[in-house]
Amino acid sequence: MSELRLSRVVYDAMREHGEETYPHECCGAFLGRSTPDGWWIEASIRADNTRTDSAHNRYEISSGELVKIERESRRQGLSIAGFYHSHPDHPAQWSQTDLAEAHWLGCSYVITAVANGKAAATNSFRLAGETEENKRFEAEPIRVNDSA
Amino acid sequence: MTIFIPTPLRAFAAGKGAVDVNAATIRGALDELTVAYPDLRKHLFTSEGKVRAFVNIYLNDEDVRYLPAKEATEVSPSDTLSIIPSIAGGCQPR
Repeated sequence: MSELRLSRVVYDAMREHGEETYPHECCGAFLGRSTPDGWWIEASIRADNTRTDSAHNRYEISSGELVKIERESRRQGLSIAGFYHSHPDHPAQWSQTDLAEAHWLGCSYVITAVANGKAAATNSFRLAGETEENKRFEAEPIRVNDSA
Repeated sequence: MTIFIPTPLRAFAAGKGAVDVNAATIRGALDELTVAYPDLRKHLFTSEGKVRAFVNIYLNDEDVRYLPAKEATEVSPSDTLSIIPSIAGGCQPR
């Protein structure tokens, strides 16, 4: 089973982002390196949630912003390793919407539940499978490195 | 020109993050890419040969969907193409 490794700084920044945008969903990208055991996250980039029509329960990152994030990942010698978003007053479990609109096979999708404005559980799901037709989310442990 | 391959598709392009092609148009560049790496085809195109709805193609900083000539747009060797699958979701059931 893969695991997601990231520093305390990146982990806390992601959760704080969800608190800041509450009651709306936040979103962002992870930059990192692929290892045989899973992604090693080295940085995160905040993104704007373009779903202003329904920001309390939907998120979307514009493709133009994704191009800039991808360019930044190359500049740092890293890869886009996954994405995060929050679920305001909703469990940190993937929804059918999350799965239907997930297309980055092999990447990690991290969800933080934000209850009454406070970050609660954070879970990671790797988008497994080889095609759109057999893709699926698999839960993966998160390892937070306190010394980084 | 250089085509940048996103993380999820690198496994179908021999692990490469960038592929250089020599083509006159965007469509020509994508065709050259998928001839070299046939496993990419089903990830980029529908069975009718159209770019899949969730796949965004950018010529430098421009979304190809909004270019007047779209995929027939001419390209130069210094141009770049970025392939970017979309990112969306949320806790609301569809």
